[in-house]
Amino acid sequence: MGIRFVLMVNKQGQTRLAQYYEYLTLEERRALEGEIVRKCLARNEQQCSFVEHRNYKIVYRRYASLFFLVGVDNDENELAILEFIHLLVETMDRHFGNVCELDIMFHLEKAHFMLEEMVMNGCIVETSKANILAPIQLMDKA
Amino acid sequence: MALSGMRGLSVFISDIRNCQNKEQERLRVDKELGNVRTRFKNEKGLSPYEKKKYVWKMLYIYMLGYDVDFGHMEAVSLISAPKYPEKQVGYIVTACLLNENHDFLRLAINTVRNDIIGRNETFQCLALTMVGNIGGREFAESLAPDVQKLLISSSCRPLVRKKAALCLLRLFRKNPDVVNVDGWADRMAQLLDERDLGVLTSSMSLLVALVANNHEAYWSSLPKCVKTLERLARNQDIPQEYTYYGIPSPWLQVKTMRALQYFPTIEDPNTRRALFEVLQRILMGTDVVKNVNKNNASHAVLFEALALVMHLDAEKEMMSQCVALLGKFIAVREPNIRYLGLENMSRMLLVTDVQDIIKRHQAQIITSLKDPDISIRRRALDLLYGMCDITNAKDIVEELLQYLSTAEFAMREELSLKAAILAEKFAPDLSWYVDVILQLIDKAGDFVSDDIWFRVVQFVTNNEDLQPYAAAKAREYLDKPAIHETMVKVSAYLLGEFGHLLARRPGCSPKEIFSIIHEKLPTVSSFTVSILLSTYAKILMHTQPPDPELQNQIWAIFNKYESCIDAEIQQRAVEYHAMSRKGAALMDILAEMPKFPERQSALIKKAEDTEVDTAELSAIRLRAQQQTSSALVVTDQRPANGTPSNTQLGLVKIPSMSSNVDHNLPDQDISHENGTLSIVDPQPPSADLLVDLLGPLAIEGPPSSDVQSQPNIVPGFEDAPNAAEATAIVPVGEQANSVQPIGNIAERFHALCLKDSGVLYEDPNIQIGIKAEWRAHQGRLVLFLGNKNTGPLVSVQAIILPPSYLKMELSLVPETIPPRAQVQCPLEVVNLRPSRDVAVLDFSYKFGIDMVNVKLRLPVVLNKFLQPIPVSAEEFFPQWRSLSGPPLKLQVVRGVRPMPLLDMANLLNNLRLMVCSGLDPNPNNLVASTSFYSESTRAMLCLVRIETDPADRTQLRMTVASGDPTLTFELKEFIKEQLVSIPTVSRAPTPAPPVPQPTSPVAALTDPGAMLAGLL
Repeated sequence: MGIRFVLMVNKQGQTRLAQYYEYLTLEERRALEGEIVRKCLARNEQQCSFVEHRNYKIVYRRYASLFFLVGVDNDENELAILEFIHLLVETMDRHFGNVCELDIMFHLEKAHFMLEEMVMNGCIVETSKANILAPIQLMDKA
Repeated sequence: MALSGMRGLSVFISDIRNCQNKEQERLRVDKELGNVRTRFKNEKGLSPYEKKKYVWKMLYIYMLGYDVDFGHMEAVSLISAPKYPEKQVGYIVTACLLNENHDFLRLAINTVRNDIIGRNETFQCLALTMVGNIGGREFAESLAPDVQKLLISSSCRPLVRKKAALCLLRLFRKNPDVVNVDGWADRMAQLLDERDLGVLTSSMSLLVALVANNHEAYWSSLPKCVKTLERLARNQDIPQEYTYYGIPSPWLQVKTMRALQYFPTIEDPNTRRALFEVLQRILMGTDVVKNVNKNNASHAVLFEALALVMHLDAEKEMMSQCVALLGKFIAVREPNIRYLGLENMSRMLLVTDVQDIIKRHQAQIITSLKDPDISIRRRALDLLYGMCDITNAKDIVEELLQYLSTAEFAMREELSLKAAILAEKFAPDLSWYVDVILQLIDKAGDFVSDDIWFRVVQFVTNNEDLQPYAAAKAREYLDKPAIHETMVKVSAYLLGEFGHLLARRPGCSPKEIFSIIHEKLPTVSSFTVSILLSTYAKILMHTQPPDPELQNQIWAIFNKYESCIDAEIQQRAVEYHAMSRKGAALMDILAEMPKFPERQSALIKKAEDTEVDTAELSAIRLRAQQQTSSALVVTDQRPANGTPSNTQLGLVKIPSMSSNVDHNLPDQDISHENGTLSIVDPQPPSADLLVDLLGPLAIEGPPSSDVQSQPNIVPGFEDAPNAAEATAIVPVGEQANSVQPIGNIAERFHALCLKDSGVLYEDPNIQIGIKAEWRAHQGRLVLFLGNKNTGPLVSVQAIILPPSYLKMELSLVPETIPPRAQVQCPLEVVNLRPSRDVAVLDFSYKFGIDMVNVKLRLPVVLNKFLQPIPVSAEEFFPQWRSLSGPPLKLQVVRGVRPMPLLDMANLLNNLRLMVCSGLDPNPNNLVASTSFYSESTRAMLCLVRIETDPADRTQLRMTVASGDPTLTFELKEFIKEQLVSIPTVSRAPTPAPPVPQPTSPVAALTDPGAMLAGLL
């Protein structure tokens, strides 16, 4: 399966974007987000970017006030996911120009479009920023 | 700004953002939901724009964690909107809100299909993405051919094809048949020639899923993967857009190497060479650089390469290169790399034999056990657990114990379980094992499960050497001011059983032991109280001559609990009270617990059973499977007197077969708590731990009134093992088999020691029967190998590992046993000289993917070469007198299981020692004679005399005489083992083996265990 979910959460623990690639009920999502946010946000800069949770792993990265948390299977390549997060951020940067929490909040749909171009069915589809952003730019022009 | 597109949405989001607390947020959300609901309900003519806005609001609210139970239809209906913006929202929001089983989704199938086969690329992409994310079985059935067509179409643009690849992956997972079309494997291989990196990345993910499911079909893709890897890693033949910090798509490199790990091996030498060249380049060429992102990306590739090298079982040189790299990684400061170094070292342990090299890093790994980061500590713990063996067990377990005091709660349970398992598996000596477990209980009692202390009791009971030590230790812990209840349980049990062994030590008189245990009684649970009562009864029994003061004290306690509301306690109090007033009868009933039968460690089983899916525990599983063989390796335990084969106290082995050991502790707990007076199954159903530990004292079976009329009842016999167990040093069943045997192998062996045909081994695939004939010092056995399956068993191998005293010749065993066929393999045996060692059959076969290997003791034992002969008084006495003194005549005085004389006579007859009645003038004595046959001794007369004491059936003197010192010694030991402990009963409800084997009632009767069971 690979990627099970992508979460963006601010440092107060508020969810800014949630995309799941396996179906969870609302209760399961709430519980899961609560648990992993508690676990990950309590960690400091000197600690590693991987947290084991239940039967999978969270690979996470912090950018200013925003945390990107990606849930993956245990045998997933952790560093590849870690850099995939960065690729996502760079892609958003290219589109928004120095992306911040507010951009994602108020352009939820665009954040979703970008993620949708990058991940599908838990697998990486595209890693070229130009290709990822092409449909969005097309729409902006229209 | 772009939010001008949907002003209402932005306003709503700002409102939410400005909420001061969760309550305000909820109110605002409720208001909005009400608003959206009315809009959807009342206004028929919502514009697509409005619909879009509301649907986004719903998604936003859903993301915040509020239930949105309406409006799904509106979201789905947007899918059929003619314009891209609305359609896009429809697809995306539908994929977020609905799951594959949602009814509305079915309504959209046709629209989705039209979009997929339509000419609008952007619509195609949207539809493929949604199906790829949430498509179910119905989608798979109706859309798969269209999706396949798009994926391989040459007229389709990459942006559509890459989505088609992952969409097909989803459909394949829903219904694997969608790729079972002719020529698909070739198409797949062709796909890997793709130049576009997006399509290639997606196709590689598809390939990984297909190969993981069935690698055989996709061999032709293997060289393509290697080519792709060469293209990326070596030639860097890739558009600029796809390099990431100068590294050619690290994600595609990783995925490609992952795909390669699903092929079991690479046969073509050229492909293999090419791949190793690339891998070597990655291993050597990855340097640590300043830029974090570049560093991470290159190490992502490096770690995947390491995994692939391990998988391919590369040459030794490359392997040690890998270990060296990992050794470097676990020492760096950068936490991510250190974490991954530890993780991959654990994985490496599982695939290759690098334990020795990894051990060099032990100190470094222990440092990581103290790291402030719990993720790293977990990896270190897992690795230490994996690398532990007999050479480093002491160090590692002591580290774990030390860490236990400071570890956070989240890790304590895992830590204690792991420490307990390691201590058990690799104890250099048993007293160390006892020390470790007691420390564990002391430091983390809450996390020490019952299994752990049950296990200590088993070891102590089965090893006489250990008993005084364990009792003394338990006594010491009782002096500590506040001890955990588990410590009370284990100490009380040990002191009840073995406290008398400390009799002369200070502070260890029965009275003192009693009073220090009794101090704890007010603070313990009722379950523990019942253990304490048993302990008191045992103390009373061991206090000879009785101490009236102690007696009165204890009786007073029994008296008090006779009206206890807890039925279990009440029953014990009543019974112990009644019995302890009977004086001598108490001795028989409360005699020392019999040894426990061998069984798989409940801990290891537990580790195997619990949380199969967590990473660390699945690692335990694998290790456990690999290592069960070495379970409790005890170092040199030779007695000082130099009789080399006297291993009576010897090794306790933990058989790795989980066989029929069935611990249903909860049930047991319930029955104890209910205090049902007759939980009692006259044949305790299994070797259940709790039954063993607590049952016999709880006097199962007849209600208490009957007990008094049957002073000879000796409960617990059913589970007593055969002492021969302890002498067969062969670690029976040291296999890591996935196929579990049916029935208890040890019991089958013991049964066959007393009869000449029966089943030696059985599992779901095969049954091995045995039939034997004996003539003097020669024997002829036939092994019946019966294939129970409809498929053949292949790679069948049977190797006999004979001890030096036997000459054994096994006829050729065919390599394949056809389905449902039985093969007979004769085995010729010649007995060279007397010995109690046991021959072992190392048997292996392969069925499907299961490789099974078992080591089975063969029932070619000393008594098979005996021929009972009657002797008259005239023959006996001259012989007896002529064989005078050691080494030809040996005596042994033993505390044995009390057994009526008649039973003992039957036992001897079953062992082919003929009891000659009337020879000995004393009716309490037995005299038996037999001939032993071996090549060195020829026929040799053996005489046995057993003198018993009617007043104390636990004492006897046995004298064995023969013309050969070795024979005398071996025979004496052999009989002693039979007398000291009672052979295992073949339990009544064992499934009747369907082999060509006469399970006649006669056979059952000749089994002394069965006889004993009958007597009970």
